[in-house]
Amino acid sequence: MKPAAFEYHAPESVDDAVGLLSSHEDAKVLAGGQSLVPMMSFRLARPATIVDINGISDLDYIQCSDGVVQIGATARQSALEESCEVAACAPLLAEATGHVGHRAIRNRGTLAGSLAHNDPASEYPAVLMALGASVTAVSSGGSRVLSVEDLVSGHFLSTALGPDEMITEVSVPAQSGGHGFAEFARRHGDFAVAGVAAVVNMNGSGVASASIAAFGGTSPARLDEAESALVGSDGGSDAVAEAAARAASQFPATDDIHGSADYRRALIDVLTRQALQQAIAGAQEV
Amino acid sequence: MMAQVAITLNVNGRNQTTLAEPREILADVLRDRLGLTGTHLGCEHGVCGACTVLMDGEMVRSCLLFAVQVQGSEITTIEGLEENGELHPMQKAFSEYHGLQCGFCTPGMILAGIDLLKRNPDPTAEEVRDDMGGNICRCTGYQKIVESVLGAASEMNEVTS
Repeated sequence: MKPAAFEYHAPESVDDAVGLLSSHEDAKVLAGGQSLVPMMSFRLARPATIVDINGISDLDYIQCSDGVVQIGATARQSALEESCEVAACAPLLAEATGHVGHRAIRNRGTLAGSLAHNDPASEYPAVLMALGASVTAVSSGGSRVLSVEDLVSGHFLSTALGPDEMITEVSVPAQSGGHGFAEFARRHGDFAVAGVAAVVNMNGSGVASASIAAFGGTSPARLDEAESALVGSDGGSDAVAEAAARAASQFPATDDIHGSADYRRALIDVLTRQALQQAIAGAQEV
Repeated sequence: MMAQVAITLNVNGRNQTTLAEPREILADVLRDRLGLTGTHLGCEHGVCGACTVLMDGEMVRSCLLFAVQVQGSEITTIEGLEENGELHPMQKAFSEYHGLQCGFCTPGMILAGIDLLKRNPDPTAEEVRDDMGGNICRCTGYQKIVESVLGAASEMNEVTS
């Protein structure tokens, strides 16, 4: 019994959940718990109140309509892995999900929970930034939609959400063009040391648009300098190398036990090249 | 200290009610309150896989769930695998192929192997290694573990075909 004591609530509706969040100081939402529970066991987190949203059955869905994949807050990562909607509409998300933890973790872990936790080494914040995804955040005062980029970028193990807000849905616009994903982890399933996700669209003359984001630094980061180096180019190896060099210099690298900042920048250079080559090849097939 | 609450768990097909605090994780309640010490705790933060159990038929880490959360779900632990005194084919294979050395990781390995074969009934050795990468053996006896899972797969496929 390692976690500090807390008051436990298991609401059955979003209204009840956000009511609990607004009426309790230091309350925390529990979804899959695959990040929160270990933090509580280490007592790095010791919320006074836990609001367990797993009993809110209408948050467990994955659907694709009007060109948008909508993923409810309690949909498991293993359900994303097996979802035809995700495979068809957001193949980058499907591919990246296979790199998130291990199957036992994905059976409980949720996409929305991973975003709300915003571990800088986590795949999802960067992947959803590259896909231009957004979240619906609800509080007792109402709801708002914010982009994943505004939600997570610049934050470390925290987000732009208020303490009384919870994510109810992640919306991913159907991916167009090709995508690329590359990460380096010591062992498959471990947190990556660094990684890159990209979506690229081509037209007759070359790269029409590019969306590139990276993880493994101080915070998940959109790499707009790499994007602008690539857009308008022919998408050949020189352009990819230039974009990768800019990605490495823009990436908010940091030193830790797993690698130095210089090592991470070198990784981002290589991984950006790999991700862009995959994305460009995919976009050319479209 | 928080008050204890009555928790009813369905473990290995049996409903059992116990008192526990909401902060008690499932693994601790299984071991310390229900006496089911077959579920082992290694790292206690979701990294080693020793505490793997099945929740409604799917493998989960019992160190990353509060017991209070799993009321209404069916939990299967290593103790629940044998039927009428017969070991599960995965247990038999671990015995036959010497898939355990010290035995500490074994309950988690066996449940992870069962979960794998449900999704992929005829895996390659590479697929076993990849899928079971979340379960750590510190004796480093992985070769025999992989052989055990492959042996169980062929045994179970023979029975069903």
